[in-house]
Amino acid sequence: MKLRDTLSLSLHSIASTRTRSLLIVLAMALGVGAVVVLTALGDGARRYVVGQFASLGTNLVIVLPGRAETSGGFVGAALGQTPRDLTLDDAQAVGQLPGVRRYAPLNVGTAELASGGRLREVTILGSNADLLPIRHMALSHGSFSGGAAQIVVGSVIARDFFPDGDAIGQRVRLGDRRFRISGVLSKQGESMGFNTDEIVIVPVDDAQALFNTETLFRILVEANSRAAIEPLKQAMTQVLKQRHDGEEDVTVITQDAVLATFDRILSALTLAVAGIAAISLAVAGILVMNVMLVAVTQRTSEIGLLKAIGAPAADIRRLFLAEALWLSLAGGALGFALGHLGSWAIRLAYPTLPAWPPTWASVAGIATALITGIVASLLPAARAARLDPVRALSGK
Amino acid sequence: MIRLTSITRVFHMGDQEVRALNDVSLDIASGEYVSIMGPSGSGKSTLLNVIGLLDRPDSGRYELDGSDVTALTETEQARVRREKIGFVFQSFHLVPRLTAAQNIELPLILEGLAPAERKQRVDAVLDAFDLTDRATHRPAELSGGQRQRVAIARATILRPTALLADEPTGNLDHRIGAEVMALLEALHHSGTTLIVVTHDRELGARAHRHIAMRDGEIVGDEK
Repeated sequence: MKLRDTLSLSLHSIASTRTRSLLIVLAMALGVGAVVVLTALGDGARRYVVGQFASLGTNLVIVLPGRAETSGGFVGAALGQTPRDLTLDDAQAVGQLPGVRRYAPLNVGTAELASGGRLREVTILGSNADLLPIRHMALSHGSFSGGAAQIVVGSVIARDFFPDGDAIGQRVRLGDRRFRISGVLSKQGESMGFNTDEIVIVPVDDAQALFNTETLFRILVEANSRAAIEPLKQAMTQVLKQRHDGEEDVTVITQDAVLATFDRILSALTLAVAGIAAISLAVAGILVMNVMLVAVTQRTSEIGLLKAIGAPAADIRRLFLAEALWLSLAGGALGFALGHLGSWAIRLAYPTLPAWPPTWASVAGIATALITGIVASLLPAARAARLDPVRALSGK
Repeated sequence: MIRLTSITRVFHMGDQEVRALNDVSLDIASGEYVSIMGPSGSGKSTLLNVIGLLDRPDSGRYELDGSDVTALTETEQARVRREKIGFVFQSFHLVPRLTAAQNIELPLILEGLAPAERKQRVDAVLDAFDLTDRATHRPAELSGGQRQRVAIARATILRPTALLADEPTGNLDHRIGAEVMALLEALHHSGTTLIVVTHDRELGARAHRHIAMRDGEIVGDEK
């Protein structure tokens, strides 16, 4: 029998058992669709998190005070010492290192913002002018030079305090100190726990005076390039160790390491979800096997007849395999369409989540459908081919 | 052409052994018209199935056109069935979802012929069997006589040397049965070996050679 005839004969028998075929195709389609949608969700979440990190800044090296280590702890503690604080001088020393594009010291606190009878507790970032490019924040109005008593406010604060006009140049009180608004942040929304629309950025000296502290919360350093990150990290650790009397009492982390970790975790999560979806495909495969076995039983006398008029066992086997192939192919294609439709619906419902199904998932979904379909039909096909023509003809 | 030597076929029913064919030897020459008669359970259908390669004997030797076919592989036996043997059954055994023309076309598809040649040969056979206006009908839409004509057309489209019929008129009334027998006999006249299994004495008598069976053995063979 020619391949073409095998394919068309098997298609013919599928078309003649419409309900049964539709059910298998549906089961297959749901399996493939589940793989596509779930991986789209997982990969969307991964991309969302990676995007969030990228919005924090690129090639970022961050210095935290204190040693984050589970073993040993702070060596000086036994001698009655406490870890040294990070200071503005530390930040300047780190900023002079080769490979640094820009750096920003960072203080974080809260204070009451008051103007024209309005009062609100706000989050304050104390830093310099380089904080904005490092954190990928932009101004919609005005400028920020980091000069004394100049502040930048978030877009929501600007709107709430000065609903009918230009906030630039307005005088406000922050705690017990007076400031002039020199810039307004453009709308950015939530970014890693901070709503940048509701923060106030003040020069770091003013922030330290406001909070009555000498210490820094963080030092943010942007390296010249990705390749410069690792040597810079070493150099920074070295410099800070020298400045702190040979004590390594700071932690230097890189954005890349955090990002890579999240990327790995979420990729693993996507794979796990895809695996769960693949199980549903395997279940669909078992359904195919059941239905094909029933088909063999129902068509026993037809198989017997084909044998009687001279069909070799191989032809019968190929007929049933071709049937499974058609069904899985249709199921895979329908599932692919369903999956992409579902991902589109998710993107429509949650525009911030880039729920695009990865190509590998679509390919793997369809391939798994084909393979399970064919594997599941191997047993029924072999059984059909083995049937004894005399007994098959009598329908036994 | 057909030479059976000491053919034995044993069936097991529970712990009982049934010898459907017991040491049967038989020669049938090319172009003969043979009837095999006997009561139910006499082994006549089993004999026909063995001749038609639908059943394998447990022992004995079967030569078809001078070559031992019991030693052939499954695929080779399928080829012999397709090319040398045509089978006609009591219950027609048409594929219900295929039209008359498609049923007749099946052996040509199995043989691997091109669609154009298939169509030509199917059309010719439909015409010869007076089925042209029924070509696109499914078996359910055909009368019993028409169904058996389609089955005979399917059995003979590859021009087999032997046509084996197992109670070909068993499901037909007398008049239609006679028509079907006339058709089979016409095919015999054009050179085909015709072997008919029946328990209808009148039908059996029309053959030129009468084989009688009982309890798995040939008890009569007269010309």
